[in-house]
Amino acid sequence: FPAPRSCDVCNFRTSEEVDLEERLHELDLRSDSDIPDVPPPTDSTPEILKRALSGLSARWKNWWIRGILSLAMISGFFLIIYLGSFMLMLLVLSIQVKCYHEIITIGYRVYHSYDLPWFRSLSWYFLLCVNYFFYGETVADYFATFVQRREQLQFLIRYHRFISFALYLTGFCMFVLSLVKKHYRLQFYMFAWTHVTLLITVTQSHLVIQNLFEGMIWFLVPISSVICNDITAYIFGFFFGRTPLIKLSPKKTWEGFIGGFFSTVVFGFIFSYFLAQHQYFVCPVEYNSETNRFVTECEPSELFQMKKYSVPPLLQAVLGWETVNMYPFQMHSFALSTFASLIGPFGGFFASGFKRAFKIKDFADTIPGHGGIMDRFDCQYLMATFVHVYITSFIRGPNPSKLLKQLLILQPEQQLSVYKTLKSHLVEKGILQPSLRG
Amino acid sequence: MPPKTPGDVSHVFTPVYQPEYFLLLPLWCRSRVVESESENKLDGETASDSESKSEFGGSSPVPTSDDTPEVLNRALSNLSSRWKNWWVRGILTLAMITFFFIIIYLGPMVLMTIVMCVQIKCFHEIITIGYNVYHSYDLPWFRTLSWYFLLCVNYFFYGETVTDYFFTLVQREEPLRILSKYHRFISFALYLTGFCMFVLSLVKKHYRLQFYMFGWTHVTLLIVVTQSHLIIHNLFEGMIWFIVPISCVICNDIMAYMFGFFFGRTPLIKLSPKKTWEGFIGGFFSTVLFGLLLSYVMSGYRCFTCPVEFNNDTNSFTVDCEPSELFQLQEYNIPVVLQSVVGWKTVRMYPFQIHSIALSTFASLIGPFGGFFASGFKRAFKIKDFANTIPGHGGIMDRFDCQYLMATFVNVYIASFIRGPNPSKLIQQFLTLRPDQQLHIFNTLKAHLVDRGILGSLEDA
Repeated sequence: FPAPRSCDVCNFRTSEEVDLEERLHELDLRSDSDIPDVPPPTDSTPEILKRALSGLSARWKNWWIRGILSLAMISGFFLIIYLGSFMLMLLVLSIQVKCYHEIITIGYRVYHSYDLPWFRSLSWYFLLCVNYFFYGETVADYFATFVQRREQLQFLIRYHRFISFALYLTGFCMFVLSLVKKHYRLQFYMFAWTHVTLLITVTQSHLVIQNLFEGMIWFLVPISSVICNDITAYIFGFFFGRTPLIKLSPKKTWEGFIGGFFSTVVFGFIFSYFLAQHQYFVCPVEYNSETNRFVTECEPSELFQMKKYSVPPLLQAVLGWETVNMYPFQMHSFALSTFASLIGPFGGFFASGFKRAFKIKDFADTIPGHGGIMDRFDCQYLMATFVHVYITSFIRGPNPSKLLKQLLILQPEQQLSVYKTLKSHLVEKGILQPSLRG
Repeated sequence: MPPKTPGDVSHVFTPVYQPEYFLLLPLWCRSRVVESESENKLDGETASDSESKSEFGGSSPVPTSDDTPEVLNRALSNLSSRWKNWWVRGILTLAMITFFFIIIYLGPMVLMTIVMCVQIKCFHEIITIGYNVYHSYDLPWFRTLSWYFLLCVNYFFYGETVTDYFFTLVQREEPLRILSKYHRFISFALYLTGFCMFVLSLVKKHYRLQFYMFGWTHVTLLIVVTQSHLIIHNLFEGMIWFIVPISCVICNDIMAYMFGFFFGRTPLIKLSPKKTWEGFIGGFFSTVLFGLLLSYVMSGYRCFTCPVEFNNDTNSFTVDCEPSELFQLQEYNIPVVLQSVVGWKTVRMYPFQIHSIALSTFASLIGPFGGFFASGFKRAFKIKDFANTIPGHGGIMDRFDCQYLMATFVNVYIASFIRGPNPSKLIQQFLTLRPDQQLHIFNTLKAHLVDRGILGSLEDA
């Protein structure tokens, strides 16, 4: 049954290499059950909690710890929202760095590669490069007025791609120069592991920040829907759970899945109703260069203005109303909650499969009772990308300030011809009154 | 023609539209003014450099065979095996060079297709290595999933970039318009389907292997597919941006090998014991020189310097334009240091040749790191060659390993130093904004133009 190995391998090895090769081969190909389990994580519950709960049985104690930590996290979330967009950005950045750290540490453990030369520095260096690239591309647009005033920043922005590429190349060349004879394969594995992790964590976190700039509601509603789905699916499963959902996660049940779906949709509706009323959540985040702060003030777009919808005849009988006042955004929240409940869990299954593949119980021990940061955010991966794609496809067009920035760096003749085209278009549409003087 | 001034060397190389050279130009490249309007059809021949090039064999539809063709075997049966190997390599090299010339002749469309085939073949080679390493032929679904992901990512990239060039064609046809409007959403949905299929296909005893192959597939996609799309971007910028970088890498390979062969003494890096410092430095200088010469020759022809555009009336590609200032001869003062060496006070060069120095320098100094990376990869996985596609040379990846970084570099270089954003694309984006945003942008632009004095008075134009 084993597939034939290509025998280009055969004549290439010295005896020490043969030994290492055999060991590595075993490492790769041992079936999952042969891999030694990672020692159980140390118990990191704070002492104070332990004393408070010393009376209860172990099962209830675990439940209480999880519950208390959940509440703590939710309160922390509210607090940061209150503190504003800038703090939220910092929070997203710290979470990204922590997730990256957790996944890389797992890689080290799997490959016993703590001793590889340079590799830890290189992983962090790549993280820095990719973050620099992304932040430069996207966030700089929002700070356009701030940047225009400072010469050095202008230079950095104009040649941004080149500088990021040069930084990345330096890292790449350092990697090539750091290849050590006996450890080629390990080093390539870690290189690939680093890149896939970057792809997962860094791109998602930047999409989250872009959603945030679109309006805090686009950040809050998706994340809350995923969290709500987690919690309600767990509760429904706890009380009504009978039919297992998927072999990967034996604790998930169909009852929990479906119950979670309906509750999340209802929650999304209600939550968006409340958030859509406040300008603070609804307006795109802008940077005011005079006051050096973020402001969220605007004329709410039509998505956030009440409209009358006719209730379809089917539901009229049930509900008893003929029309209902809703925000158009609530329709979108329906799509968001559906995605969070139906596809979001696949992110969770992916992470479960990953943990089983590498024989770990949790990604890390950061949060007592819950595991690592990644454990909490596994379902959020796909959500951030979905929201971003949704916004660009269905909600907004291109970003006006970015467009303006590009217009301003054209050649003067090009600017003039663009100006003429725009003017004729605007006059045609009646947006601009034709000038009397020319 | 006699030289016009003492420093004028333009008579040495007579460019362009001399009648006797005209017939050598491919039909898709000849000027519309001189020739009839039935142009821009694909046809045959080459028009440029005489320097030997190799290794752009592309994934020709020749069936892959493990051994050298019988013809070659018989012809070389008398020689010793070392010389035989050398001859096989040499003959294949010439075959690949000829193939490169032929496809340049055939025009942008064929080049795009060839780039796509090369990309698919490279992907296939790397994935096959992964299968061999992990013995994962028996994994359920995995081969299908790898190809599916390749398809998704290609669909996404082609949709994002190529539709810009075919904008009017896309707007005309209703189904294409819808596909292009919701393009990101459709690509994401396709990718998600693949992702969910992967999760559903996880089998109890093989989790780790499956995750490895998932990671392997994604890293391969990252390397292979993004590079090939950047190459196509460069191609659309003007064929010279495609031909010069690739030729510089190839020239560096060959020159470094020759210098190493004749003068090589000091080893360069443990990873590739055959490379030497003499080869490296000799290759660097020859590549810079080669780049200068090649760009000089190519800058004279419009078909290489003009951006490729899709003509909606004839439904084919045209390369016809007013050459930008990069491709117009200018006088440069030679720095005093070199004046004594070279003996001229000024020299006439294309500005593009200055850029070609940057390109050749990158190809010689950093390009080889791509080769070292591939060598390390081969040693890590204990393989001699990526595959056996090309007799004497190995797989397609073996020929393209140094090109990885080059394509990205050229693209970043163009975006940073050469061209700005595309005005027509900006206008398209403008038209999709809301009226109040349009007005705001219009007024800001007007104020800016008035500020700069480009717009005469407040209500001019």
